[in-house]
Amino acid sequence: MIRSILLIILSLGVIGTGYWGYKEHQEKNAVLIHAENTYQRSFHELAYHMDLLHDKIGTSLAMNSKTRLSPQLVDIWRISSEALANVGQLPLTLLPFNKTEEFLSNIGDFTYRTAVRDLDKEPLSEDEMTSLKKLYKQASEIKDELRNVQYAVLENDLRWMDVELALATHDDPLDNTIIDGFKTVEKKVEGYSESSTDSPLMTETGKGQDLKQLSGKKTSENEALNYGKKLFDIKDKSDIQLTKSGEGSDIPIFTLSYEQGDKRGYLDMSVHGSHPISLLVERPLNKKQLSLNEGYERAKKFLTNNDFKDMTLQQSTEYDQIGVYTFLYQQDNVKVYPDSIEVKVALDDGDILGLTAKNYYMHHKQRQIDTPALSMAEAKKKVNPQVKIMDDGLAVIRSDLGDEVLTYEFIGTYEDDTYRIFINAMDGTEEKIERLQKAERNFSHGT
Amino acid sequence: MVFRPLFYMLILGTIMFSSALFIPQYTKAFSPQVIQHGAVGDDVIELQARLQYLGFYNKQIDGVFGWSTYWALRNFQYEFGLNIDGLAGQTTKDKLVKASQYNEQDVKEKVRSGDKFTHYGKEGTKKDTNKQQQETTPSTPPTTPAVNVPNGFSQNDIKLLANAVHGEARGEPYEGQVAVAAVILNRVQSPTFPNTVSGVIFEPRAFTAVADGQIWLTPNDTSRRAVLDAINGWDPSGNALYYFNPDTATSPWIWTRPQIKRIGKHIFCK
Repeated sequence: MIRSILLIILSLGVIGTGYWGYKEHQEKNAVLIHAENTYQRSFHELAYHMDLLHDKIGTSLAMNSKTRLSPQLVDIWRISSEALANVGQLPLTLLPFNKTEEFLSNIGDFTYRTAVRDLDKEPLSEDEMTSLKKLYKQASEIKDELRNVQYAVLENDLRWMDVELALATHDDPLDNTIIDGFKTVEKKVEGYSESSTDSPLMTETGKGQDLKQLSGKKTSENEALNYGKKLFDIKDKSDIQLTKSGEGSDIPIFTLSYEQGDKRGYLDMSVHGSHPISLLVERPLNKKQLSLNEGYERAKKFLTNNDFKDMTLQQSTEYDQIGVYTFLYQQDNVKVYPDSIEVKVALDDGDILGLTAKNYYMHHKQRQIDTPALSMAEAKKKVNPQVKIMDDGLAVIRSDLGDEVLTYEFIGTYEDDTYRIFINAMDGTEEKIERLQKAERNFSHGT
Repeated sequence: MVFRPLFYMLILGTIMFSSALFIPQYTKAFSPQVIQHGAVGDDVIELQARLQYLGFYNKQIDGVFGWSTYWALRNFQYEFGLNIDGLAGQTTKDKLVKASQYNEQDVKEKVRSGDKFTHYGKEGTKKDTNKQQQETTPSTPPTTPAVNVPNGFSQNDIKLLANAVHGEARGEPYEGQVAVAAVILNRVQSPTFPNTVSGVIFEPRAFTAVADGQIWLTPNDTSRRAVLDAINGWDPSGNALYYFNPDTATSPWIWTRPQIKRIGKHIFCK
């Protein structure tokens, strides 16, 4: 009797301990994941900020007017301090990481000093330009190294908690990719002595703008289905599912989707006026058969067939077997940047895989484009004389304040970079400067 | 009788020998495609190598038609009296092939071994082969040394986003995955959320897949494509900042948000 009672008590104890242990284990895991996430966040942010820093410094090199340069320097100062904060949050206390921190604070000091002074009275000196250029080069190297480490971290699923454990339990240097990677970064920086991406104009989100201006006849569900059938290019409209958007949507939208084998189509269209806002077709892609250029012909034809008139190609990019094209509306030879449309083409058989016309519908209207007050030659004088201008034209862009302005657009090169520079055609203000992105080194390339 | 086969062989041999003489000096010319800005691949490698041979292009031969290649090509077209359009069409390619030499095998070997070289010139062999730092990753099939990335994003940012999308929305319809990626990007733009992709993803308690570690599952190709679409401007969520699964959502607050639409298991809202 006593024995069996004892047995029950004991086994209850064992089960209880087991349960407690399991709970503890779960809690420990949750805390570990949380700590890991904090480190991951700081690290990826650091890589991103370094990239942004590099881009901003590069852009500042091509700037000419003080009104543009001062805010840009302030921005660099801000980003460098954020990057510095990121470094501070990483578990690198046992690593010699002070050189990178020093480098970041150097950038910070330099930009702060130059940003707060009146650049009209005291413009950047020759020496300061040289150090800015040097900083640009250094930022580029550090950025590349960090991206390298980041690639290794992502590819091999490296954990910061492991680094911390490794650092805590060993005294001697370890074979650890993260630690090694950071040592390389550190070495790079040691060699130096004292010394948003808001860029993509096309993927501008609708700040203070929305689709409200879309109007037109109300579409019935049946008409929407017919339209979808035509756009998806399928035989039977009963295969299409239709839903209507809820109250949170900017404008009433019909969402159509269908599934056929491994192919899936999706379309957002406005209830009023039945305009296609967003189209996506997903299917497995075969070997590339068409060139980017042939894909462009398909995209252009598709736009014409769907009543998008006077669209001109702005940018084309090839990703694996997909071509992505950005088109801009053109009015009397003036490119209208806000009215942009992206088209996605499969380069295996030339099918249209996607269209997004949200920006176009948000901004498109009949515009009265004035004649420029400045001549092209006058505007050219406003561009940084270091920049070699290769191409020019007229363009309507949205200024920092969100107003549409008529500008002269110049594409030019300075050292290894290509810049797009917009000079206000009325008063000569330097409205916007973009450093045009280069291809990124393929991290998975090589043996 | 004995002489006959020998005789034929002699003739055959002569033919082969003489035809060998007439093989053009270049081993391969471009495919018939028109090469334009943004293109990637072998034709671009050949284009860059030939432009470099002629001294118009002095950057790395990376197989991606970027701005440097574009300006080099336009200069070439200018110098050779061609129509300056920055497109490598038939006429331009013919001129290039005529004016330059291209040893495909040699160039590709260099390109694939990860060598950086910027002097492919008349001197014959190329110099300045800085061995690039090798990755510690397993080798993949031959690719170009560089890839196109959307403005302002690195391959790593895309990978991180793909991880998040895979952890949050695998098994959802494709547009549902694009929508999840779009929500993350909308948050980056929004003043009430962190300003970086990493900040938004790792914001404490923002995404369940991050909290329970599912974000570290290996993402598939679909989630990567979904991320690219979202970055390139597709937003099936209708500018949403939140989404939730009505079957598992625990916070009553989320139901008070104005709903935009439902895709798969997720409801997207403002």
